[in-house]
Amino acid sequence: MSFDVLFSQFMSGIARAALLFLVASGLSLTFGVLRVLNFAHGSLYMLGAFLSYSIWKFLLMPVLGFYLAAIIAALIMGAVGILIEYVLLRRLYARGWPEQLLATYAIVLIIMDLVKWAWGGEFLSIPRPKPFTGAVLLFGFPFPSYNFFVILLGLGLLVFLWWLIYKTRFGDIIRAAAHDREMVSALGIPIPWLFTWIFVLGAFIAGLSGAVTAPFGSVALGMDIEIIIECFAVVVIGGMGSLPGTLLGSFIVGEVYAFGIMLKPELAIAFIFMVMAVVLIIRPWGIFGRPER
Amino acid sequence: MLEVKEIHTYYGTSHILFGISFNVKEGEAVCLLGRNGAGKTTTFRSIIGLTPPKKGSIKFRDKEMIGKPPYRIAKMGIGYVPDTRRIFPDLTVRQNILVARREKEKAVWNLETIYALFPKLRELDTHMGTQLSGGEQQMLTVARTLMTNPELLLLDEPGEGLAPLVIQAMKEQLGEIKKLGITMLICEHNVGLATALSDRGYVIDKGTIRYQGTIEELQKNEEVRKKYLMV
Repeated sequence: MSFDVLFSQFMSGIARAALLFLVASGLSLTFGVLRVLNFAHGSLYMLGAFLSYSIWKFLLMPVLGFYLAAIIAALIMGAVGILIEYVLLRRLYARGWPEQLLATYAIVLIIMDLVKWAWGGEFLSIPRPKPFTGAVLLFGFPFPSYNFFVILLGLGLLVFLWWLIYKTRFGDIIRAAAHDREMVSALGIPIPWLFTWIFVLGAFIAGLSGAVTAPFGSVALGMDIEIIIECFAVVVIGGMGSLPGTLLGSFIVGEVYAFGIMLKPELAIAFIFMVMAVVLIIRPWGIFGRPER
Repeated sequence: MLEVKEIHTYYGTSHILFGISFNVKEGEAVCLLGRNGAGKTTTFRSIIGLTPPKKGSIKFRDKEMIGKPPYRIAKMGIGYVPDTRRIFPDLTVRQNILVARREKEKAVWNLETIYALFPKLRELDTHMGTQLSGGEQQMLTVARTLMTNPELLLLDEPGEGLAPLVIQAMKEQLGEIKKLGITMLICEHNVGLATALSDRGYVIDKGTIRYQGTIEELQKNEEVRKKYLMV
């Protein structure tokens, strides 16, 4: 096998990793602070994708349309996040994981039917936005330049989250609450306010990631479950609630998928879960995770 | 300032406090003495709202606290220093202190005044919470709660597990805090650090108050000490 082919697979793995990081970082953040495994995170991503499609169609703006639609869709998903956190999640923090999973799975079903009702079962897509319509030559191989846009966005989100979590007062509160929310509350910091904002941030990122997938031509029912399963693999491998863990997990899952497809396309997803199983056996709390107290 | 009346507190279905009543006046230091498991920590958790009582009343500056979430109670001016210290491990010493910062009029405590009181913490400024010794963690947990500029400080076993020299330093530091007019409620399982700082004391056993009096009376009362405090 030539270097070119391997390199090309590697690069498509990176693009996939960037997309996975976009979605999984929100999931991991929500879990790290709220301690709720949000099964509906993929549904927020799907709804974001469909919303951005409709907004893009409505706007009819050739260049800015895509970007504007993505931001508006993400903002709407943030608002949906407030609704979900306030109405449902807030009542579940004190409950066990089975109840949390059931309740968030209910959201999965509700959003699935809402999407079916509003958009039907068609595959939708948005053309690649300018200036990312063409291809870039890397070592003589053409790569869709839109992939680089997604990679840049992933890097941008990484830097933003790192700054937010490690460099701001809000981040200090996040890291404190992830470890001991009772003590944070006893210091006079309103935990309900913190949880709402974290969930809104997660929903916003999910919506934005959904919008960004639209030019890949895969806006369709089922994209919610597909992404959430892979994101679970990402956070399980990297470690729940850890930003570096999510980054490494995304990279591993993205690359395993890319090279898996090359070796045996039918087993690409299975390879991911084989890696996950191995990590679970060696380090049940993930590579960067901490054992649960 | 603080008026606790007939509170009954449960952990799940187990009844821990059986109608405890006591009060703390402004500027006072009061200690709550009792063996491990007597209900001291539960009393503190009841006041700060982490384990709200099912019956009774807790009034702070004539306002009812029961039913309020902990962050509201803390905001009204009650600072809770837990016995297990509960330092945030992923934060540096400075971040541990600053995370509790709150905008407030007439705020006495800021990073400077806190480092002046605990010079050791200034040296450890950039260390992570997990890298501290027991005594340093104890200083940090007190410093962190002070940063909220409380009017009433609840200190749960401030001398627990510390070396005699460290206890001596802690006693002096808490004495400084008291001199600034901060009201204190301190609990302890033996007669030591808390009594040295306090004006009055209550003895708690099996979730009820058994005795109350001034510190002199308490220290003289051999019978009460034997019955409720000595192991």
